[in-house]
Amino acid sequence: MSTTSALEQTTLDELAEIAARYPEKRSGLLPMLHLVQSAQGKVTPEGIQACADILDISPAEVSGVATFYTMYKRREPGDFHVGVCTNTLCAVMGGDEILARLQEHLGVGNDETAEKREGDAHTVSLEHIECNAACDYAPVAMVNWEFVDNLTPDTAVQLVEDLRTGKEVRSTRGPRLCSWREVERVLAGFPDGRADEGPSAGPSSLVGREIARERGWSAPPGAASGTTGTEDLSASEAAAEADTSRAESETVEADVESTVEEPSDD
Amino acid sequence: MTDTLTPVLTEPWGVDRSWTREVYESRGGYRALDTAFAMSQDDVIAAVKDSGLRGRGGAGFPTGMKWSFIPQDASTEAGRNPKYLVVNADESEPGTCKDIPLMMANPHVLVEGVIIASYAIRAHKAFIYIRGEVVHVIRRVQNAVREAYEAGHLGTDIHGSGYDLDVVVHAGAGAYICGEETALLEGLEGRRGQPRLRPPFPAVAGLYASPTVINNVESIASVPSIVGNGAEWFSSMGTEKSKGMGIFSLSGHVKRPGQYEAPLGITLRQLVELAGGMRDGHELKFWTPGGSSTPLLTAEHVDLPLDFEGMAGAGTMLGTRALQLFDETTCVVRAVLRWTEFYKHESCGKCTPCREGTWWLVQNLARLEKGQGSEEDLDLLLDQCDNILGRSFCALGDGATSPISSSIKHFREEYLAHLTHGGCPFDPARSTAWASSQQEVTA
Repeated sequence: MSTTSALEQTTLDELAEIAARYPEKRSGLLPMLHLVQSAQGKVTPEGIQACADILDISPAEVSGVATFYTMYKRREPGDFHVGVCTNTLCAVMGGDEILARLQEHLGVGNDETAEKREGDAHTVSLEHIECNAACDYAPVAMVNWEFVDNLTPDTAVQLVEDLRTGKEVRSTRGPRLCSWREVERVLAGFPDGRADEGPSAGPSSLVGREIARERGWSAPPGAASGTTGTEDLSASEAAAEADTSRAESETVEADVESTVEEPSDD
Repeated sequence: MTDTLTPVLTEPWGVDRSWTREVYESRGGYRALDTAFAMSQDDVIAAVKDSGLRGRGGAGFPTGMKWSFIPQDASTEAGRNPKYLVVNADESEPGTCKDIPLMMANPHVLVEGVIIASYAIRAHKAFIYIRGEVVHVIRRVQNAVREAYEAGHLGTDIHGSGYDLDVVVHAGAGAYICGEETALLEGLEGRRGQPRLRPPFPAVAGLYASPTVINNVESIASVPSIVGNGAEWFSSMGTEKSKGMGIFSLSGHVKRPGQYEAPLGITLRQLVELAGGMRDGHELKFWTPGGSSTPLLTAEHVDLPLDFEGMAGAGTMLGTRALQLFDETTCVVRAVLRWTEFYKHESCGKCTPCREGTWWLVQNLARLEKGQGSEEDLDLLLDQCDNILGRSFCALGDGATSPISSSIKHFREEYLAHLTHGGCPFDPARSTAWASSQQEVTA
């Protein structure tokens, strides 16, 4: 797994298949780079060349894209890549402490892979990540981009030990964890059949819904379809109501500049 | 008078296998599609306009109006070009956590909304751009799209209407800036995610220089209920200019963090009461109404209506209704420094005020947080903000200044306390999720 092998023909075919999903093939580049990572564990010079050949662009153009996005790696992560959220909300709720404990426990800095000990089944790498849209479960970590919610320093250490020693670990809102390379293949648009694993939602996602049920609250009953209601707004009135000045200026410009259908002007 | 909470989009989330087509259809799913197909495209747009739905991704622009900007006149080049719908599922604004659970639990409502919206704007190809770091959400949406094809909700001659639509689920690769709609289009075209100059606007020249509507997940997911129940049903919820229900995301030092779907205009006081209050023995210190890019508010502001106008009146924005709540154990300087480091990291580098400015903001703030520097550095910070706000290429730079200027406005003394104290006067251990339980154990 550690050495880069040549891209197989099936991978090259799949790269071309991704490009063909789009009206313009270059649109396939982001998922194609995910597939390169799935096949080779990182973005390799060979993978960059293969993408460039399929898309008729230069390797430099592919590299320019690969270096812009943080999920593309130039060193292969561990079998399980742990990302601890240290954006403000998670950091305050304990993410900083969790990251520090894990760095100390694993003996690694940011975006590094811990040494594989004798008897370990898998390797684990660690990085700090930005907000991953799970703030109601803070502090949160992602393992191979699956949610592990409501961590503490102790449960985080237990988590990485379970991963290293080969115990089965499940995402708190997702499936049994699979390898980083397997996940990269899903991101390339090749489903792995695990969509039905895990719950509909975690407990925090459901609190408002549960309170509404307890109190008998609901949205108004649906009426028959009807389209009367508030009168049309002109674009400039809409802009005046949009809640950013930027949206306002752009809308007004759009109204003046564009040749598009005139909004009704009451 | 509508109820305090009005679960519509969140209502099916607790249902067993809610993400499957079988369950979605058993609860009435995909019926709004037939209602839409029985209407003209312009009538669908009119219904969404009449509902008062405003974009749920932060800016609050009227969704139906956005759709009406798509040129349909075949005598113009833009009108003849293919039209595209792009769903912005890049949810990355710090504190925002509504679209991810929505797509995980109820992906079919998004797919149905995509079909109706695409039909309305006469698009035959739609893209759902999901941030890459949420693989299970991507699985669920991929699966929903596959199931929709199998049932004839996607593909050719959908429901015998003669209308064709293909949907591609596209995974991003880690870049906050791709939540900005033109940067998202760059990502979708296989390029570095750097925003585009406007005009031309995406409605005229978006994806592949063709007319494109870009809508947030929650906006699109609201469409089936509007078409199915009528515009008046939707506009019966909310306030005068902020109609309908929205998902409010509570996080931080509150007893029951989570997702609360309510009519726009609910107050933070109401929401925190529903959430059981702040954690025991602590009180609210500061909060964001709609993510880190919306200026901070304090305990003084808890009775303001959480709608577009109410928040604008307080000098902030409703944003994504990402209510991050911090109690008095939290150092506001630490919080703001961390957000600023985020903006510096995520600045795409295209324009100088943002690329250089966010770097200088971090330098200055980091010094203050360590208790170094002087009171004049606060003025310097505000001056730096003044050189970024309104001078950057896109809203990322604007957003980077919000936490700084608002925190200096409300908590100037706390900045100064770092200087007199020679460092941060707060103990970060007291803010953690496990701090209160430890205190209870030792008590």
